[in-house]
Amino acid sequence: MTPIPSEANLARIQPAATAPELLRNFSIIAHIDHGKSTLADRMLQMTGVVDPRAMRAQYLDRMDIERERGITIKSQAVRMPWEVDDENGVPTGYALNMIDTPGHVDFTYEVSRSLAACESAVLLVDAAQGIEAQTLANLYLAMENDMAIIPALNKIDLPAAQPEKYAEELANLVGCEPEEILLISGKTGMGVPELLDRIVLKTPPPTGDPDAPARAMIFDSVYDTYRGVVTYVRVVDGNLTPREKIVMMSTRATHDLLEIGVSSPEPIPTKGLGVGEVGYLITGVKDVRQSKVGDTVTNFAKPADEALGGYSDPKPMVFSGLYPVDGSDYPILRDALDRLKLNDAALIYEPETSVALGFGFRVGYLGLLHLEIVRERLEREFNLDLISTAPNVIYEVTMDDKSIVTVTNPSEFPGGKIGEVREPIVKATIIAPSEFIGAVMELCQGRRGELQGMDYLSADRVEMRYILPLAEIVFDFFDHLKSRTRGYASLDYDVIGEQAAALVKVDILLQGEQVDAFSAIVHKDNAYSYGLMMVGKLKNLINRQQFEVPIQAAIGARVIARETIRAIRKDVLAKCYGGDISRKRKLLEKQKEGKKRMKTIGTVEVPKEAFISALTSDQTETRDKKK
Amino acid sequence: MTPALPDGEPVPDDGSLPAWVTSGADDRAFGVYLHVPFCTVRCGYCDFNTYTASELGGGASQHAYATTALAEIALARRAMDRAGLPPRTVSTVFVGGGTPTLLPAGDLARMLDGVRDAWGLDPDAEVTTEANPDSVTPESLALLADAGFTRVSFGMQSAVPRVLATLERTHDPRRIPDVVRWARDAGLEVSLDLIYGTPGETIEDWRTSVESALATGVDHVSAYALVVEPGTKMAAQVRRGEIALPSEDDQAEKYELADDLLTAAGLDWYEVSNWARTVDGVQRACRHNLAYWRGEDWWGVGPGAHSYMGSNEPGTRGVRWWNVKHPLRYAARLAEGLSPAAGREILDDASAQLETVMLGARLREGLDLALLSTRARRAVAGHIATGLVDGRAVLNGRVVLTRTGRLLADTVVRDLTD
Repeated sequence: MTPIPSEANLARIQPAATAPELLRNFSIIAHIDHGKSTLADRMLQMTGVVDPRAMRAQYLDRMDIERERGITIKSQAVRMPWEVDDENGVPTGYALNMIDTPGHVDFTYEVSRSLAACESAVLLVDAAQGIEAQTLANLYLAMENDMAIIPALNKIDLPAAQPEKYAEELANLVGCEPEEILLISGKTGMGVPELLDRIVLKTPPPTGDPDAPARAMIFDSVYDTYRGVVTYVRVVDGNLTPREKIVMMSTRATHDLLEIGVSSPEPIPTKGLGVGEVGYLITGVKDVRQSKVGDTVTNFAKPADEALGGYSDPKPMVFSGLYPVDGSDYPILRDALDRLKLNDAALIYEPETSVALGFGFRVGYLGLLHLEIVRERLEREFNLDLISTAPNVIYEVTMDDKSIVTVTNPSEFPGGKIGEVREPIVKATIIAPSEFIGAVMELCQGRRGELQGMDYLSADRVEMRYILPLAEIVFDFFDHLKSRTRGYASLDYDVIGEQAAALVKVDILLQGEQVDAFSAIVHKDNAYSYGLMMVGKLKNLINRQQFEVPIQAAIGARVIARETIRAIRKDVLAKCYGGDISRKRKLLEKQKEGKKRMKTIGTVEVPKEAFISALTSDQTETRDKKK
Repeated sequence: MTPALPDGEPVPDDGSLPAWVTSGADDRAFGVYLHVPFCTVRCGYCDFNTYTASELGGGASQHAYATTALAEIALARRAMDRAGLPPRTVSTVFVGGGTPTLLPAGDLARMLDGVRDAWGLDPDAEVTTEANPDSVTPESLALLADAGFTRVSFGMQSAVPRVLATLERTHDPRRIPDVVRWARDAGLEVSLDLIYGTPGETIEDWRTSVESALATGVDHVSAYALVVEPGTKMAAQVRRGEIALPSEDDQAEKYELADDLLTAAGLDWYEVSNWARTVDGVQRACRHNLAYWRGEDWWGVGPGAHSYMGSNEPGTRGVRWWNVKHPLRYAARLAEGLSPAAGREILDDASAQLETVMLGARLREGLDLALLSTRARRAVAGHIATGLVDGRAVLNGRVVLTRTGRLLADTVVRDLTD
């Protein structure tokens, strides 16, 4: 017997004609690399919606970067049929909507909207690694929403799997018996049919008023080059039909519904979407900002009075300057950002000029991963070579005269009499093996962290909760956390407010000339070590010039650190006879080429690489290694 | 390991030259370089194309080498004739290595005879051989002089045994005054090569070396900063931390000391690394090397040797080619009657200009200001201000580097080319 429903049963679960009690909307909560996409692939295959031969590994992750990094940035929804015997032993067909969620800390808001579109969540955890901080955060989110939790340990085919240990851990977290935890392998397919059965049994069917004005929540919005914006919705009340006029409740903007349908997983137009159903809408808009995640869609003819709750505007928390290495690429960068914006409602930017780096943009991001993804996409999809300045957060500076200055770039930090500086703070959750407690505490204390509490998840894994200034974690915190815990720690954070702090701006001067790109806002206790680190780094990165070059770090007019690059005395090659000429000429040609990659500050030639190296963490490469 | 050959385009099997090399050839001197790719030991710092085995076989063995080289000389003569180059006698010959004096003097004489037979030698031709102080005797030097050699350049490197040991040079420094005297007695002009900046060499060691060289009364000294080339034994020693790389500041200081001592002794610089005494109104510079820097025509014979023909003047062209590196492959090509060239490059205007500036700037006679672009001439003015270019010479239309400028020649050359 195949669990793929019979013809008769399939007829009962057609889009726009499925009774809510035959619908199951679920999502999968998992950490990067814990095998969510592989499991999703296996489900598509086992439910017969994807021909195994047409199966593209990790079907749901469409973007190249997603596939390469093995992570899901954008969520999508897939409708799958599945048959389970009812209590009377009668085979019954169900329509399962799997709503894929982004797996990373920066996209908490998107995750929360995805979860809000479901009634249950599969908690998927790698049986060799155990739960990670971000998964825990998303699990709590799902539990707060009263969703059914279906815990499963994945990758149990791995030799390193420890299903007993981690089943215990999950059981403690979810509040069930270890035996209730499914043991599966997305790779081999083992346990996946049982998981699908469990989803049908455990997920409450959606409820809603079919006769009320339509209310559908947008949980994702994707720009497609050919079709414009594709909006993914979950219908709560009423229904939506093709060619009707719809209204976005946050902006009151109206659109024509050009197409409505479900993904299975290719888009299939339908006669509409009814209560509890999940599908997509196409209205012809070209910018995802016109179709915002969390917003409520209603009928124009019969509008709802009240929007569904939970909507908020994406708020960038981290800012950094983006500059083309080759100044003539500026127009390409501008066009590239305009293009990315179509698909990224959280991306904001405005032109910025740096004395050192020329023309570029100040870009706001949701967080560090968002920053990295945007930069990587710009470099990869638009073939740009970019310098990104050290990320910083938003500061509110209150002057003595009570005027307030908002600072998103150190160069905007006011001189003059400053009353108070406020900075954003986060609540951070770190999960690590208990042997690293000391190392994690030392790191957090060094970053002005305050320990809020600590719990053992199991005998040897601990969850630590800290309040930390956001500024302290945006640069290289995660890299340090990983290296101090041999890659075992995981981090989740949530911005919770702001605090006053003794912050100062440290400027870096080359031959007396301030280099804006190197200025940083740091706590006054760290100013000296920051200055020392930066002048030391620059001394090694800048070639010797024909004259002596002092490098200074200063707070206002007070110099706190100084290094000197001594003048170069010799660069000539001693020998240049017949056989040396070609080689020597090519060397000079290369040097001349290198000179084009120099930025001249005052009279000092600074290689672009110096900006890149000085502004990135020493351990950046470790960040790319997924753990 | 020796430095890799440049990338280039293929050379016709018969070694044919482009027809345009004839342009202006009447006004250019013609020199021949003969490479001898053998040494008894390879020094730790050496990255030259040289081999220590005496029996490579197949025309590449030491005893067969002169005959093999003669085959390339004959091929060179044919290729130059075919290109329509005017008949020119050879004004300079330079035998380098390796250790040329590892071959019997008779073999060197035979190779020189080959050059003479092919093109003829100028009556006042300069004929130099490099020599290891270890591998000469009064008799061998007299034989060379009889064969037509006029000049010998000894690899002295240092007068300090400890420094010589680091360089893995095997000769006894006390031998230097003797070999210089023998050479002069044979009627040969003598040059001494010195190396500064060897790991562990003090400034006083270096002073001793320069003063010892001068004490022999030679008219010509070359002094080279030690360059630790990748792939050499010394590079490996540096990598393993066994010896410390000499600093450029140390090398600059030693250069200045050498320049002071040599100038005071009457040897004036004529190229960044070369000093010579003026005798009877003529500076005893190495004319063969000047030909490289002035862009004359020269044919390099031997494995890995480079050659150059044609003009560096804007709008005209020059061609440079280089032979296969290994003596066995070199000999095999010639045995088949084929050109041993591995590749060549035809210089475009920008490359030719860069070479003209790069080579001319190394010389005391300097560069013709008129050869520079407007932008480059502005840069010249800038470097008079920075003290790298001699302002008085510029008034006479020449760009000549000051001593500070000589040490920073790369900076100046980069700024003087577009």
